[in-house]
Amino acid sequence: MNTRRDFLKGVLASGAALSTASIAPEANARETRHRPAEGLGLLYDATLCVGCKACVAACKEANENPPEFSTEDHLWDTPLDTSGYTFNLIKMYRNGTMETKDAEVNGYSFMKTSCMHCADPSCVSACPVSAMSKDPVTGVVGYDPEACVGCRYCVVACPFGIPKYQYDSPTGKIGKCELCRHRYKDGHYSACAEVCPTGATLYGKTADLLVEAKRRIALAPGSVTTYPRGKLGGPDQSYEAPVGNYLQHVYGETEYGGTQVLKLSAVNFAKVGMPDLKPEAAAARSETIQHTLYGGLIMPFAVLGAMTYVAKRNVHHEDDAPEQAPGKEGS
Amino acid sequence: MSTQHHAIPAPVGGNLVNATTFVCGVLIAVMATIILIRLFFGLASTTNVNDGYSWGIWVVVDVFIGSALACGGFCMALLVYIFNKGQYHPLVRPALLGSLFGYTLAGAAITFDLGRWWNFWHIFWPGYFNVNSVMFEVAACITLYIIVMWIEFSPVFLEKMGLHDTRKKLNKVMFIFIALGIVLPMMHQASLGTMLVVMGDQVNPLWQTPLQPLIYLLTAITLGYGVILFESCVAASAYRRQIEVPLLNPMARVMLGIMGFYLFARFADVTFRGVLGLAFQFNYVALTFWIENACFAAPFLLIGSAEARRNPARLFLAGIAVMLGGVLLRLNGFLIAFDTGPGWSYFPSLPELLVTVGIFAAEILGYVIITRRFPVLPREDAQLAH
Ligand code: SF4
Ligand code: SF4
Ligand code: SF4
Repeated sequence: MNTRRDFLKGVLASGAALSTASIAPEANARETRHRPAEGLGLLYDATLCVGCKACVAACKEANENPPEFSTEDHLWDTPLDTSGYTFNLIKMYRNGTMETKDAEVNGYSFMKTSCMHCADPSCVSACPVSAMSKDPVTGVVGYDPEACVGCRYCVVACPFGIPKYQYDSPTGKIGKCELCRHRYKDGHYSACAEVCPTGATLYGKTADLLVEAKRRIALAPGSVTTYPRGKLGGPDQSYEAPVGNYLQHVYGETEYGGTQVLKLSAVNFAKVGMPDLKPEAAAARSETIQHTLYGGLIMPFAVLGAMTYVAKRNVHHEDDAPEQAPGKEGS
Repeated sequence: MSTQHHAIPAPVGGNLVNATTFVCGVLIAVMATIILIRLFFGLASTTNVNDGYSWGIWVVVDVFIGSALACGGFCMALLVYIFNKGQYHPLVRPALLGSLFGYTLAGAAITFDLGRWWNFWHIFWPGYFNVNSVMFEVAACITLYIIVMWIEFSPVFLEKMGLHDTRKKLNKVMFIFIALGIVLPMMHQASLGTMLVVMGDQVNPLWQTPLQPLIYLLTAITLGYGVILFESCVAASAYRRQIEVPLLNPMARVMLGIMGFYLFARFADVTFRGVLGLAFQFNYVALTFWIENACFAAPFLLIGSAEARRNPARLFLAGIAVMLGGVLLRLNGFLIAFDTGPGWSYFPSLPELLVTVGIFAAEILGYVIITRRFPVLPREDAQLAH
């Protein structure tokens, strides 16, 4: 009997396949991606925001979303979080007596919640059917309900908890901010930035917005400066206002490889709901593993080849058995 | 020599309507009703899944755990056809049958969890492929594997139908499907672990590691053997047959070997990444980490010695411990140690649980019908039955 020899052959063959494949990973390591040069985004400045929620209403209208109620009387659209029907929300941080705006202790602050349009988005990497995609020029992360299978991997994968699903509908879709990409052709831009009275939400190219954000945090708190409104580089709607007590941190500059929506705040970002994220995107790590194992299907075929070879040698003894087993027994 | 005294598979026979099959039938009917409600009124009508925990037990238990519990078939094929351990041959068919049902039902289960299920075919349509997506790999690979398994199992039906020529022709190329039936589950069981990676910091560092594919693959294999231990004991007691101790004993040793390596890799990983400290905090995450690993360690105590491995009760308990460990590993990564931010919680609703129960009932019913009517279990024992 040559059992032992075959066994060793099997081990050697599969071992050889595995080691061939393990030489490959270097080539498959995928770096975290950067924002496209012309990428579009928003700059949200919590120190400017007055919490009027004009942006929330404008977002509802621009995306034809129904109101959501959280009060008894069902009079106003009062969503408590973003959802499959609410893509943009201003949340409030409260502490102690809530006396001072933008103070961490005994103060309050606002924070915008909406898609960050990541440079290297988890949702896009996760989606099995390319229903989430990142525009190579604008960098806007868009969603195509016609392609979507509703697996909700994007919901689970996003580090900001942005894609949301419409659970109450038999034909539910994913809902998330797409930076109003459907309004560009009419000369419009993100509705939230268009209506914001204070310029707290500002639209523009992320590269320019980053320069603007850095200008702001470099200014002395309390000094007066000019704040643009609407679209950075668009028609001048600027006004003068005192400089807030900024943290020296532009959120989104490096988080997860950078995002196209940037944020400024006077209160610790983690406290206002923005997670602490390393500069490496999880999508890069996931895809590195995936392509190391399956890139070009080299490894699967190598292992399959080895397995086929070994199985062919070992399978024959089974073939004889049925001759003795006509299989006409039964109930 | 070992191949000669193979017990030839034969139907167990007996009545198809009994207490077990009746209960299974009722549970399946309940499940079907709930699925209809879900399809007409949306996921919220029957489940507790939400945007914080968008994957509930229909995904994590029915698919991720269900498919891992269905690894017996590929584990036995690995032993018999790759490592040429022909003596295990009698265990191959029953194990393959368990896998066939496990996977087919996992595949069915995922479709009614899909929010836009009518687009399901996009996963197989090149225009929609996203080869970067771990989910894409898992979905495509599982589907292929289900097809391969039905082909692998088809001789059972061909035998029954007397199509010996077809069966012989198929047998000539069977090695290709056997090889596929080993490589495909290795691929997607590993990838099920990789699925956690893109979730980043939301997954507790005790479970968030680039080693995830290895961890999932190794536990899927041990789980496969654990399930065979469990199933063999249950089938033996249900059909009043002898337990195949002479086979289970050495197989259990193989399982222990892989599990020893797994535990080493698991603890080396958490130590090397410097997160072992999290396991010594006083919270439920640390607790569930230790329970999970205790389940994997328990078989060493239960069946560590050759003497203990001859004890069917100990084999049975070891099988259960391994299954629990694998189940917990998956529950932990995807639900228990998955923290999506403040304000979210999830516990399955009753209808959700009933559907999962219904799926397991369907597996049992299918197993009973097929083993009673088709040649799956070894014949000599079959004649001892009832
Ligand atoms: S419209 Fe501007 S000021 Fe008003 S809540 Fe929105 S971001 Fe703040
Ligand atoms: S914030 Fe979330 S939804 Fe938006 S691009 Fe990033 S990963 Fe995708
Ligand atoms: S729910 Fe839709 S968009 Fe999200 S990952 Fe699944 S298929 Fe893609």
